[in-house]
Amino acid sequence: MNDFRSRVEGERAYLVRYASLQLRDSHAAEDAVQETLVAALAGEASFAGRSNLRTWLTGILKHKIVDAIRRMSREAPAATEEDFEALFDERGHWIDPPAAWAEPDAALDQKGFFAALEMCLRRLPEKTSQAFLMREHLGLETDEICKELGVTPTHCWVLLYRARMSLRECLNKEWFGKT
Amino acid sequence: MILSCKEVTRLVSQGMDRRLTFGRRVSLRVHFAICQGCTNFSKQMTFLRSAVRELGSKSS
Repeated sequence: MNDFRSRVEGERAYLVRYASLQLRDSHAAEDAVQETLVAALAGEASFAGRSNLRTWLTGILKHKIVDAIRRMSREAPAATEEDFEALFDERGHWIDPPAAWAEPDAALDQKGFFAALEMCLRRLPEKTSQAFLMREHLGLETDEICKELGVTPTHCWVLLYRARMSLRECLNKEWFGKT
Repeated sequence: MILSCKEVTRLVSQGMDRRLTFGRRVSLRVHFAICQGCTNFSKQMTFLRSAVRELGSKSS
């Protein structure tokens, strides 16, 4: 192993710590570091003359981290059901069980209610709200929605679940919580 | 199958988009019989659906 190579390898632990902090996924962090080391060894010539190896390697790693984040946001569902963990205790029971909404049907005759509903819809992430409105307002089936949005069926279920949970909480607070 | 409230919320949502298995539907019924919170949740989901259907026709 030549000198440059061993010096680069010597920075691996530092780089993994750096990447883990930002990616919060040890596999993705290891991959980003591995790509960085490969790129560094291939680019030894471009390092020539620079004094700080760690700074140079970190610079390469930053690009790899950005790539990894892009990949993750494309592949992983943007929303997970974990978002609603806080509503339940460790046994999965409601911490604050939903109370019955008073006169919900009367709300449908009030303009203010629909303004509140629209506001709640606007607070949803774009794709979540699109999926929900395609399903509930346009009445499409979930397989059509998945196809239109280019997401997997599982992601589709999660988007719809998330929309319903968020809208319920929002309406509860903005409309039905009012006295 | 004994369901937690958290699982009930997922099943109620899924049940609005596809038909649940017979076993799941029975489990939900059993849970609703003993859990007012989830019963309220389920009614709110049904209400949300009817409200969103009317969106646009009644809002200005």
